[in-house]
Amino acid sequence: MTSALQAQALGKKYGKRWALRECTIDIPAGHVVGLVGPNGAGKTTLLKLAGGQLQPTAGDITVLGGRPGSTPAQLAKVGFVAQDTPVYAGLTVAEHLRLGARLNPRWDATMARERIAQLGLDSTRRAGKLSGGQRAQLALTLGLAKRPELLILDEPVASLDPLARHEFMQGLIEATVEHQFSVVLSSHLVSDLERTCDYLIVLVESRVQVAGEVDELLATHHRLTGPRRDLDRLPADQQVISARHTEQQSTFVVRTDAPIHDPAWTVTELSLEDLVLAYMDKQTADNRRAALEVQR
Amino acid sequence: MIWLTWRQFRGSAAMMAAVLIVLAVALAATGPGLVSAYSAGIADCTKDNTCDHFYNVFFNEYNLPFMALTLAVLILPAVVGIFWGAPLITRELEAGTYLLVWNQSITRGRWLTVKLGLTGLVAMAVAGLCGLMVTWWSDPLDESATESMALMAPLVFSARGIAPMGYAAFAFVLGVTVGMVVRRTLPAMALTLAAFAAIQLALPATARPHLMAPVTATFQLGRANIDSLNIDREGGGAPRLFLREAVPGHPGSWVLTNELLDPSGRVISGGSSGTGALINNVSSTSGPCKPSSAAGGEDGCLGEINRLGYRQQVTYQPLERFWLFQWIETGIYALLTVGMTWLSFWWIRRRLS
Repeated sequence: MTSALQAQALGKKYGKRWALRECTIDIPAGHVVGLVGPNGAGKTTLLKLAGGQLQPTAGDITVLGGRPGSTPAQLAKVGFVAQDTPVYAGLTVAEHLRLGARLNPRWDATMARERIAQLGLDSTRRAGKLSGGQRAQLALTLGLAKRPELLILDEPVASLDPLARHEFMQGLIEATVEHQFSVVLSSHLVSDLERTCDYLIVLVESRVQVAGEVDELLATHHRLTGPRRDLDRLPADQQVISARHTEQQSTFVVRTDAPIHDPAWTVTELSLEDLVLAYMDKQTADNRRAALEVQR
Repeated sequence: MIWLTWRQFRGSAAMMAAVLIVLAVALAATGPGLVSAYSAGIADCTKDNTCDHFYNVFFNEYNLPFMALTLAVLILPAVVGIFWGAPLITRELEAGTYLLVWNQSITRGRWLTVKLGLTGLVAMAVAGLCGLMVTWWSDPLDESATESMALMAPLVFSARGIAPMGYAAFAFVLGVTVGMVVRRTLPAMALTLAAFAAIQLALPATARPHLMAPVTATFQLGRANIDSLNIDREGGGAPRLFLREAVPGHPGSWVLTNELLDPSGRVISGGSSGTGALINNVSSTSGPCKPSSAAGGEDGCLGEINRLGYRQQVTYQPLERFWLFQWIETGIYALLTVGMTWLSFWWIRRRLS
């Protein structure tokens, strides 16, 4: 199976600050990928690198086997809905569709028209007069009707109200079911992604903390609760993601492929949100990095 | 892409077209009248040899539209640079729409090519048309104008012929490039204006006089090249001579230096400034330059000054070089435009993201 997105030690530097560093991931095609992380973690940088808006400072990135943004053919394969879903305020909805038709060889005019009709958007209305939700839907329609093999969305719902959020994600899911393309979607809220994504990347402080299929991540991460215990007394095959201690009790989130037999622990399943929060835990993030470097 | 560019540009294009049409109609309506008034006046004045007077009267009568039109052609390229050039990219950067358009299936290089090409060509066409229309309309006035307002005079030269086309092309690409670098519309507009104005002022002052080696020549003093000759009525003081910025026999020349030489060929200061040059070798107590002398009057005194060997020395660019200079200057701006265009493409590929 080909990769939707492959990065090798990818890095991007703005002045002296690394917005993204040592990013090595390989996302197989056919997934709806959620990219989560706090604001300023480097999500937009990664997505812009994938769309070809930015050139990497270090490392390599290939998208669908090609260098991002290099040729019209490559651009045609990748759809990109930017943060805050920009559209031309002075152009009408119909003119946006015309723009899409003129600038994309694989434009699906029927799909675009039907989608606009379904959304109940007045095609003679200027995009500047649309509500935030409608504008986002228009931008999504442009991205979808381009018929890309990979659609990248950068925080598309961040500024939308809950209802518009729901409708937007609903539309996106329906389209992926119908047309079979890969999606990479970023958000700083896990709840946006929970029902949509089957693949997850957690990005914290410009580094990828974890990447993998959601099912697999949920199956291999556990929360252990039991009497207070130090980190180094856990089995070697249990990688500690986060640790919390009270007077008598310790709570760990660990990653392991093996079953957990120690009867002292109460083992509970994690929700996706718990899992992401565990990786965002700042104290242990540094330990994790140190552990990773030792392993190498 | 051409459709999108035109769709975004058509508003300002329509406005400019409206202004251009109004101007064209006004010039077409008044132009022929101007020509006939001029030729009638010339026919009259050649009979009694009072054409200098006619030129003055004629030019003064139309001074206001002449200045207004000249000024309009002068500022048009700057307007194009500020209002078409600078916002071309910054508007997209500020609204975030560059991310929309750069993610359609065209490269940003091609996007810029079409935007620059289409808008730039319209800008050049507008400025070229404007320049030629005004050149045609003001022809009789350019013939009548004194040296400081003639075709070769720096300000007028820049508002005639084909040079405005070159200015507009350059100002436009300058605006686009500055916009790309500065990324914000208002500062980009201000910076474009400042940079363009600086170049427009610097070029006539520094490079233009040397586009071709200027002509240097000496002339006898006469009505054509002196403003006035002041003779002290009380007697005693030396006569004062004021030179005119003019080249005898070569009307409409662009005078670069204008000096009075004494009989030994040395420059006497003050000839072309407000103070006037003192003619020390001429007696004002006797001879033709004595006030109320029999052979006196200005002409007699001037004859005496000429006889002694005083001469006007001018370096100038003659009027015949007008079109040659227009082509050279347009060529210079074309080169600047090409350089700036290259920079803009380099920037959009390498630096802009």
